[in-house]
Amino acid sequence: MSSIPTELKYATSHEWVRNDGDGVFTVGITEHAQELLGDMVFVELPEVGDSVTQGDDCAVAESVKAASDIYAPLSGEVVEVNDALADSPEQVNASPYNDGWMFKIKASDEAELDALLDAAGYKSSIDEA
Amino acid sequence: MAQKTALHASHLAAGAKMVDFFGWDMPINYGSQIEEHHAVRRDAGMFDVSHMTIVDLTGSKTREFLRYLLANDVAKLTVPGKALYTGMLNQSGGVIDDLIVYFMQDDFFRLVVNSATREKDLAHITAEAKAFEVTVTERPEFAMIAVQGPNAKAKVATLLTAEQQAAVDGMKPFFGKQAGDLFIATTGYTGEDGYEIAMPNEQAADFWQKLLDAGVAPAGLGARDTLRLEAGMNLYGQDMDETVSPLAANMGWTIAWNPEQRNFIGRAALTEQKAAGTAKLVGLVMEQKGVLRHGQRVVVDGGEGVITSGTFSPTLGYSIAMARVPANTGDTAEVDIRGKLVSVKVVKPAFVRMGKKVI
Repeated sequence: MSSIPTELKYATSHEWVRNDGDGVFTVGITEHAQELLGDMVFVELPEVGDSVTQGDDCAVAESVKAASDIYAPLSGEVVEVNDALADSPEQVNASPYNDGWMFKIKASDEAELDALLDAAGYKSSIDEA
Repeated sequence: MAQKTALHASHLAAGAKMVDFFGWDMPINYGSQIEEHHAVRRDAGMFDVSHMTIVDLTGSKTREFLRYLLANDVAKLTVPGKALYTGMLNQSGGVIDDLIVYFMQDDFFRLVVNSATREKDLAHITAEAKAFEVTVTERPEFAMIAVQGPNAKAKVATLLTAEQQAAVDGMKPFFGKQAGDLFIATTGYTGEDGYEIAMPNEQAADFWQKLLDAGVAPAGLGARDTLRLEAGMNLYGQDMDETVSPLAANMGWTIAWNPEQRNFIGRAALTEQKAAGTAKLVGLVMEQKGVLRHGQRVVVDGGEGVITSGTFSPTLGYSIAMARVPANTGDTAEVDIRGKLVSVKVVKPAFVRMGKKVI
């Protein structure tokens, strides 16, 4: 059973969101998602300063098996991206919730968090899938 | 209900992620298919290939039958144990399957065919065999393990009896020998040195465990696909099928045109295709970010083609592919990757052999 940390919020499209405070949120993909995709070979990240809208694709995770869009779980501005993934995309597999983080968003509307799932909600969404 | 090989429990014990592969529950990886790929290129890895179909053909006219059934010519097989790679074609010159045929003895040849095509292969072979009074016997009682990599043979040697080791010592590529309970062949699907070993099902789990203990890494279908693609080896159903001429699938070298009087199934159609010209299968290399994938459109001067197999090459660190393109394609092309045209190099369809880059 893949791990689903309870302190995070989730999108049904398999992104996780961590509240870093000050309106900044870190985004990555779940352990379940990286298991589905298999070994990651490239991660195409947005650029710092890009503005993103909740639900829009803003990054691509490319594994040996498939290219998969990553959707912005919140609207706002990209304030930091995980450049280490350029050389070590396998961090997404090895450490999806920590070293494998993808980008950080300064949220423009924190009320959008209500549209995301908690750990139990995400777990039931993947159990049904 | 999915079929299980004799090694199914061994895969689960090794933490395999299992997938359905044409009706068989098979390991796709045991954690990381890239690590498994590297294990084969750098040391030794093993694959459960028990799902493949072994078919024994017996009867005094077996050689005559195979000279009619197969596009390559088993007349080339003069020494017992020698093997040949060949297409088995239909009358229209399409590829029913690709297979390896072993010359066991004068009235006995062994075929190893794909599992995905098992039923139609057996139906076709059985129907054609009647006229030659050849007996067709499937051998589901055998499991098969492919042990591949620069250290594969040395690690297998630690499991063999002195008699078995003597039997396979110095065996050239594309040979198979029965040594005790093992049928050991110097064949494979990775571009590395190694063996494919058939054995009775009930001995497979023990043999697998001994290989594990000897330091051979289990490798799944994911690594098998990236390894064969780096080696430029075709995958049936992807790089060719019944609608594709072997001439358009880089299999021209497997067609034995001489002697001219040999009649084999598909010969007339192939002769016409050769005269008319066909598309060709080439290799593509993309050194920038991104991964070439099966089905992507290839744009060349004055025409279009399609990627038949594409992947990230773990050995090279960038993406490679095989593509069917017009015959006049030059040394560059563009691939439509999710709406963007990306430039790629066109090369011969072989990228890595014996651990070394060959492009």
